Amino acid sequence: MIKIVKRGQPSRAIFFFTPVLAIFLTLVAGGLIFFILGFKPFEALKFFFIVPIADKYGFSELLLKATPLCLIAIGLSFCFKSNNWNIGAEGQLTFGAIVSGGVALLFYEQEGFYILPTVILAGAIGGMLYASIPAILKTYFNTNEILVSLMLVYVSKLILDYLVVGPWSNPEGFNFPETRQFSDSAKLPLLFEGLRIHAGIFLALAAVVISWFVFYKTYLGFQMKVSGLSLKTAKYAGYKGKKMIILVFLISGACAGLAGVGEITGPIGQLHREISPDYGFTAIIVAFLGRLHPVGIIFASLVVAITYLGAETAQIFMQIPKYTGQVFQGMILFFLLASDYLLFFKIKFIGLKK
Amino acid sequence: MIIDINFIGLIIASIMASAVPLILASCGELITERSGVLNLGVEGMMIIGAISGFALMTVTGSLIIAIFGAMLAGVLISTIFAFLTQTLITNHVATGLALTIFGIGISAMIGKNFVGIPGKEFPVLFESLKETIPLLGPILFGHSIVFYFAFALPFITSYFLKKTKIGLIVRAVGDSPESASNQGINVRLVRYACILYGGAMSGLAGAYLSMIYTPQWIENMTGGRGWIALALVVFSTWNPIKILIGAMIFGGLTIIQFHMQAIGVRIPVQFLTALPYIVTIIVLVVISRDSRKIRLSTPSSLGKSFHKDN
Repeated sequence: MIKIVKRGQPSRAIFFFTPVLAIFLTLVAGGLIFFILGFKPFEALKFFFIVPIADKYGFSELLLKATPLCLIAIGLSFCFKSNNWNIGAEGQLTFGAIVSGGVALLFYEQEGFYILPTVILAGAIGGMLYASIPAILKTYFNTNEILVSLMLVYVSKLILDYLVVGPWSNPEGFNFPETRQFSDSAKLPLLFEGLRIHAGIFLALAAVVISWFVFYKTYLGFQMKVSGLSLKTAKYAGYKGKKMIILVFLISGACAGLAGVGEITGPIGQLHREISPDYGFTAIIVAFLGRLHPVGIIFASLVVAITYLGAETAQIFMQIPKYTGQVFQGMILFFLLASDYLLFFKIKFIGLKK
Repeated sequence: MIIDINFIGLIIASIMASAVPLILASCGELITERSGVLNLGVEGMMIIGAISGFALMTVTGSLIIAIFGAMLAGVLISTIFAFLTQTLITNHVATGLALTIFGIGISAMIGKNFVGIPGKEFPVLFESLKETIPLLGPILFGHSIVFYFAFALPFITSYFLKKTKIGLIVRAVGDSPESASNQGINVRLVRYACILYGGAMSGLAGAYLSMIYTPQWIENMTGGRGWIALALVVFSTWNPIKILIGAMIFGGLTIIQFHMQAIGVRIPVQFLTALPYIVTIIVLVVISRDSRKIRLSTPSSLGKSFHKDN
């Protein structure tokens, strides 16, 4: 007999154990799907999760993909902790990239130490501006932030498309949908010869440290936590709800914008049509998998980044569509949410004695 | 300049055709939300319906199997959502997002072998009557059965919610699950049913896209329509008849955009494509501004989990 008992208090050990369980279950289910599709499950999983990071280059690619995921997820954790559903980080990333790319193009063929900081700052501001739209509409017009932030994703991608095809397209570019190459001073330096990993990773690490400090050492972090747990309590305590909503959206937008900067000023060095393989959406999963905890998010971003690399390798070696990565990402979130059940309920196995 | 009156009829008919998937998915989601459940997975369920319908049509050759198979696929995928949110009491927003991401991925996986295969012609009804009445002929006749069903659905949904006992139960569960439960209504069962129904309608909406509207399979072919359908439910303030109006406006924006490009209006195509999304935001702002009105018409328990201690 199985009996389900409600726990008096959510278990803290299980809180950090369930993400691991979720990843394990995802691997099992993934193997099963590969088996149904007619692949050898263990071989397929090996191509998906081990082959891509087996060498130095692969590891650098892993960090390259984990960087934007980590950065965006850190920003999103501010929103999610305080019960604000910003799901348009992809749009904030794109708009941040547009603004910083525009500034980088202003400095075309110019050199100087001040260029890179300006470009980075521009990206953060771009992301903040774009995130302020759902925030302001939510606070002053009572509009659902989920739908607004999501609709803005489509709009931002169309703005980018318009710019790189039209006014910002490279005049010597044979009508390719891309801008001119940024000058070297506007690019984030690469860290190692021959590898694509760039200095953007330090932005992500800085975000981790700052967010940890804000969450656990400041009054603001405490206020956010209370608002997330109970809006009524927050109101009763006299917290400025509207200001906080706008603030968390701005932080989240700045992080997404910075991720956008990393994507265009890193190895690529120009604006083009597809700057992000949906990092903004995937980062939502990263934030949850990392339990909205800065350190957890680091690990989660590495795990989820593998699904990107794995999908690419699997596409090359096994002709599996690259969208398989999304199947894994969706499953991770399903299993994580499902195993949260264990937080609140205990499953007791009782013998069949009468 | 003489404008052919039948041409106007054809434009209106094409607006209606592009509104069909929005009406179907929105009416399904409306029932789900009326029972207190917010399912953000519409886009995912729709794309699953699209590939399932197209694949079944190609493999079995039967349009009927394909249409019902797509609805069944929508039901199956929404069962995941129902199990998670109702039995395991997970967060509606996060679960719905996972459903959309998962749905887009799995549809592309299944659809790998169906890219580039031409679709079949879907039979239309009353083709011969099209020429009999000017203007109204092309609007009223010569459409698929799904088209007619979609335009009847808002009225059926409205009747169901207002006049039937089960409709009353659904509303009761959405507005006050506690008292409904005290009255002996199985809240969880009602919500399960409403979620699966929403899945079926989203599946049908997807099948309409891949089998009738643009008969072919393209990865990610729903292109955000699921999200617009969600917005339409808010737009309608949970009133099925208003979904019809909203869907026509959005269908109209899509069609007008094509015609403006065709007659060479010098507006960047990207701006025109962005128009439905921008208009959605503006409309949301306008209707949400009156917080009292929104609160009155929103199902009170929308998006909140209900758990009965045993």
